[in-house]
Amino acid sequence: MRVVVIGAGIMGAACALALAERGAEVVVVDRVGVAGETSSRCEGNLLVSDKAPGPEADLAIASNAMWRDLAERLDADRPAGQPATEFEAKGGIVVAFAGGEAALERFADAQRATGIRAEAMDAAALAIAEPFLSPEVARAIRYPDDAQVQPSNATQALLATALRHGARLVIAEVTGGLGRPGRLAGVRTTAGPIAADVVVDCAGPWSGEVAARLGARLDIRPRRGVILVTTPMPQRVFHKVYDSDYVGAVGSGDAALQTSTVVESTPGGTVLIGSSRERVGFDERTGVAPAAAMAAKAVRLFPFLEHTTLLRSYFGFRPYAPDHLPVIGPDPEVAGLVHATGHEGAGIGLAPATAELVAHAVLGTPTALDPRPFLPSRRGLRETA
Amino acid sequence: MRHVAILGGGPAGLAAAQGALAAGARVSLIDEGDRLGGQFWRHHERLTDPRLQHAWHRFERLRGALAGGGAQVLVGASVWSAEASVDGVRLRAVVGDADGDGRSAIDVDADAVVVATGAHDLALPVPGWTLPGVTTAGAAQALAKRDGVAVGRRTVVSGSGPFLLPVAHSLALVGSHVVGVHETSRMPALAGGWLPRPWELAGKAGEFVGYVGALARHRIPYRTGSAVVRVLGRDRVEGVVVARLDADWRPMPGTEREVACDAVALGHGFTPRLEAALALGCAIDGDHRGRFVAVDDAQRTSVAGVFAAGEVTGIGGADAALAEGAVAGFVAAGGALDDPRLRGPVAARRRTHAFATRLERAHGIRPGWTSWLDDDTIVCRCEAVTRRAVAERADVPLRAMRLATRAGLGPCQGRTCGRAVEAIVAESGGAAASVGFDRRPVLAPVRIGELAALADTDPRT
Repeated sequence: MRVVVIGAGIMGAACALALAERGAEVVVVDRVGVAGETSSRCEGNLLVSDKAPGPEADLAIASNAMWRDLAERLDADRPAGQPATEFEAKGGIVVAFAGGEAALERFADAQRATGIRAEAMDAAALAIAEPFLSPEVARAIRYPDDAQVQPSNATQALLATALRHGARLVIAEVTGGLGRPGRLAGVRTTAGPIAADVVVDCAGPWSGEVAARLGARLDIRPRRGVILVTTPMPQRVFHKVYDSDYVGAVGSGDAALQTSTVVESTPGGTVLIGSSRERVGFDERTGVAPAAAMAAKAVRLFPFLEHTTLLRSYFGFRPYAPDHLPVIGPDPEVAGLVHATGHEGAGIGLAPATAELVAHAVLGTPTALDPRPFLPSRRGLRETA
Repeated sequence: MRHVAILGGGPAGLAAAQGALAAGARVSLIDEGDRLGGQFWRHHERLTDPRLQHAWHRFERLRGALAGGGAQVLVGASVWSAEASVDGVRLRAVVGDADGDGRSAIDVDADAVVVATGAHDLALPVPGWTLPGVTTAGAAQALAKRDGVAVGRRTVVSGSGPFLLPVAHSLALVGSHVVGVHETSRMPALAGGWLPRPWELAGKAGEFVGYVGALARHRIPYRTGSAVVRVLGRDRVEGVVVARLDADWRPMPGTEREVACDAVALGHGFTPRLEAALALGCAIDGDHRGRFVAVDDAQRTSVAGVFAAGEVTGIGGADAALAEGAVAGFVAAGGALDDPRLRGPVAARRRTHAFATRLERAHGIRPGWTSWLDDDTIVCRCEAVTRRAVAERADVPLRAMRLATRAGLGPCQGRTCGRAVEAIVAESGGAAASVGFDRRPVLAPVRIGELAALADTDPRT
């Protein structure tokens, strides 16, 4: 079985490794190389705290558990020069200001029913866990399973491991499909044709465009997110700390700027402040509005941040489907094409479970995960494509 | 009345302000330094030795024109955001000391902007270059020129380009013993750049010869095809190893010799400061050997209402910057390129552009320089990233390489190491670089609180 994986971001790298380990001959095709875009322009969150009960929460819980083994394996087995994944299970704390307590508690209750660990914290516990947090915080819930990786490094580690299992990387742009209409038999690229039994579309925000080049219809659009990075400082943020307004923004269809506060420290000593969501196509002119709004909310959460200095900011494009669910599985109209995309801001966290579902779709290997909610043939996707 | 904002108060920006005032515009000039003049006319009212300044009368004339024309001058102002739209240009700055309290925020809204942000001096890494006592040639010059301070008692100057000569001269005038000036380029390259069509050079060759003469009077040896290839010392500079170089700047085995000194000034040309131009959306020309803002005959960039002049459009020196600035300011204010008042600057610009081509031919960085590095030489000083670390990750895209090695992620954001890192990636067979990493939504360090204040007051957020 020969499989072409399009895209060398987190999704392509995870799929390449899963397929290669299960015996497939894998060729990864990317126009710039490993982690060249979205996977080097995001925070690397492995979250369960932001997931409302539903299929994505189930996928996130499974994937979160899989990351623990995966990160250990990638870090233990790496050659000189390959960076560590920087996996850290630091846990998340979601806080509410006055007026938001009830909504946060209701959300956490619903999450507990699905198996997400969500622990109420009293004021004393919170003061020990996050001594620099604003005293105005009215309620806090701890999510011990929230974790993170350095996303670019984790992607590089995944792909390097896949290559050691026999996968190949071709730097080229996919220009079209091989085969007849309705039956894909490989891809045409700027480096020549590559025949394959199955093609996996892991092109992130560009996967709709790639699908079109392969004769399929897939409605995946970009959502721009901006992240701020401060200068390094002594550590004063110890978990991933979110304002509970984070929960409200993920599923929204509103095109205007939305921001929700996520503050955390990195091993380098910087503080990351996320995140914004704007549906503005592939527009790279961010302006200052997202940065200003995020800064204001971050200062509300951690007042000491007011006097810290912004070192840099960066942005990336996240892929989303109209119904805000990942798209994983066989294309309903083009045989030989499988999609793994549309993970919005959660792709790093959902990558291992997605890769298992892709292996199931391509090779028929067993999985305990339910693939049905994510199938590209679902109603919520076909109506808009 | 048209309002023209000018970003930068060096020769290009000052000439642009004068040009815009002459064409009848209202002018706002913003510079992050404490005083106007830029690097070229860096000075201090009390400490500066007038012998270290060049064409000072032109500076005084330009400064006078600004005052006479009622230009708004903002010094000590860091522009951290620049946006261009159909409505015009908006620049946001903070004014005050970077580490002080009570900085104030200033917005400048204008119909057009002239980007005259100049260049950083560029120093290629050398083993031992992180020792105290090593500075860039530009830093040595700035300390001498503004404060009358010498970087050391016995100084070796090494690098490439005519800039090394005034640096050595300044050091001698402020009392340092300059042990030698090592011009990395060899005589054939220098002759190829400097000798043909001497009539194009106007006063430039004379200036060069004048400096060589000045060095001779101070008994400072000027060696070509020679470079500092290692800095020696335990806790600070105690000496250097100099070697002869081949045409590609590879050290020739057997030619190394040690020279005792307590300071080293390194300068290998200049890197344009592109951040503001990139933020405004300007198209960039060139590759990792030199990337510049693309401009037309009227100094227009690819973005309507945005002009560029000076070193951001090509390293051509102060005369080029003055001519380009005059054109940019005048046209940005609504003046016509064929206006008789622009005849002088347009002609001067033609001459100076030929000079820029010569500079690159004579002094341009050659790829062999990386062979004087050790594997564990630190290339990115902010994050202490070695040449080996960069070379090992050269096969991944530049963004991924930087995140894996942390090269260029520190406080200077790759301004110091960018060119060296890209050269190591290129020699290791890595991917072609792009300006992607230079695209920064926030152009200068700004405090989180200053950003947050904007969210409260700006109706667009």
